[in-house]
Amino acid sequence: MLNGTISYWRQKLTSGAITPTELVEEIDRSIQEHNPTINAYISWDKESALSAAAQADLSLPLGGIPIAVKDNICIKGAPTRCASRMLADFRSPYDATAITRLRTAGAIPFGRANMDEFAMGSFGKNSAYGATNNPAAPGHVPGGSSSGSAAAVAGGMAIAALGSDTGGSIRQPASHCGIVGMKPTYGRVSRYGLVAFASSLDQIGPLTQNVEDAALLLNVLCGHDKKDSTSSLEPTTDFTAGLGKSIKGARIGLPKEYLSDGNDPAVKAALQTAITKLTELGAEIVEISLPHAEAVVAAYYIIACAEASSNLSRFDGIRYGHRAENTNGLDDLYSRSRAEGFGPEVKRRIILGTYVLSSGFYDAYYAKAQKVRALVARDFANAFEQVDFILGPVAPTPAPALQGADMTPLQIYLADIYTIPANLAGLPGISVPCPQPAGARPVGVQLLGKHFAEVDLLRVASALEQALA
Amino acid sequence: MESTQIDVTYIARLAKLNLTVEETERFSADLNQVLDYVAQLEQWDTTDTAPMYHPLPVYDAVRSDCPEPSLSNDAAIANAPAAEEGQFRVPKVVESAH
Repeated sequence: MLNGTISYWRQKLTSGAITPTELVEEIDRSIQEHNPTINAYISWDKESALSAAAQADLSLPLGGIPIAVKDNICIKGAPTRCASRMLADFRSPYDATAITRLRTAGAIPFGRANMDEFAMGSFGKNSAYGATNNPAAPGHVPGGSSSGSAAAVAGGMAIAALGSDTGGSIRQPASHCGIVGMKPTYGRVSRYGLVAFASSLDQIGPLTQNVEDAALLLNVLCGHDKKDSTSSLEPTTDFTAGLGKSIKGARIGLPKEYLSDGNDPAVKAALQTAITKLTELGAEIVEISLPHAEAVVAAYYIIACAEASSNLSRFDGIRYGHRAENTNGLDDLYSRSRAEGFGPEVKRRIILGTYVLSSGFYDAYYAKAQKVRALVARDFANAFEQVDFILGPVAPTPAPALQGADMTPLQIYLADIYTIPANLAGLPGISVPCPQPAGARPVGVQLLGKHFAEVDLLRVASALEQALA
Repeated sequence: MESTQIDVTYIARLAKLNLTVEETERFSADLNQVLDYVAQLEQWDTTDTAPMYHPLPVYDAVRSDCPEPSLSNDAAIANAPAAEEGQFRVPKVVESAH
């Protein structure tokens, strides 16, 4: 089991206490020991990591630091399967911009983290390469869809990891595994080379052991990219700038709609602890209202599935991906290749997305959902006139059992109610773990900030993390 | 919006996705439940609200029209399920004239 944050290992590396090669060996040993029970990685390529380590430039900000990468972010020459049979044999011909940026900063992309297929799922169980176990609560799900990224970091198999967050897929598994997970503002991190799920919602971000590491990764990941027309021109800054600074006088909104009786007692208690600590630090907790809070799940699943059905039409069995054999004509080739390549949840969402975009239903579902999305975004704009941050739960419950009672798709979707709003409105959000009694499952709390206010958001998250420690 | 029964067989044909009988039945049940739930969107008044297709304002994002290096032919077809002479090999789609 490998412990230590990015800062810890950077200090070891620059002082010469360990070499980059030894660090890769150390992580490889930990993966070999723990992956058989946790299944956090679908694959990892020790040899290419070792050759990168041999050339690591320790003068760079992340020099010599291996970073685990979710299986939907392209790494040149490496398998990028999105945990799907569809891409079982796919090797990316190029690096995602996030990977290029990691390499430029001296980091070593190492290991393809397991996930829900095409990032569709909340439990990590929708993987063609097997479910992932939760190292912080064995026998329970790690959350999803960045299940392997969270489990690798929580289970000492990675120092830090990249994930992607379309409706909570970084923040929710971070909460279930007891680590930090951050979704930056939409547009902060280039989506070039992130296999598209729902393009107006997807965002790459870090899963880390603490808030400082999240800031260090944002320093490397953020910035405009001409290869992603939706990447922001907003100037980047030193995201560690607010760490350790006072939060006295910060106004933090608590949406009354988030204090549901349906929240698990451990989730309510974590929220209460966070309120107490933030108040002690001099922050002012203000009750606010997000009147459309209950509309978000319905709007999200229409929008996300619509965009997914369009994005996943590229998997046609012609240029890459699985192709069915012995087909009879082009339509048969498409329809059978897709039937054989996709798993059940992906098919379900393609069907829903195709339906809401189909003639006669488009206005009633898709256009309506996008209008409700505008109302949700307006709720946040109004709230941020009164407060600087918003505090809430990450998920209504701690991680469910891995072999638990089967939930219907709708029941699973409804549990995304607290993480979806940040994606619909494009806001930055971070999940911070709240210490639990021995033997209890991890629970995090979520902080949301204004667009592009990551420095401030990290300042409050870091202060809360210190106070909870 | 009235709660409509989804015709999964028809939609699967539009999506070019073959489904088994079992999948069709299961998805019909699952998705009708989801559609019943999302029908609640109707309760929100959006009369004067413009749809929000993107979380942040996007302006024309075009790069300068200059040729730049891109994937080589070999790299572009390296993942093809079937390729020949640097091209994707596909089933015959145009019938010869009778």
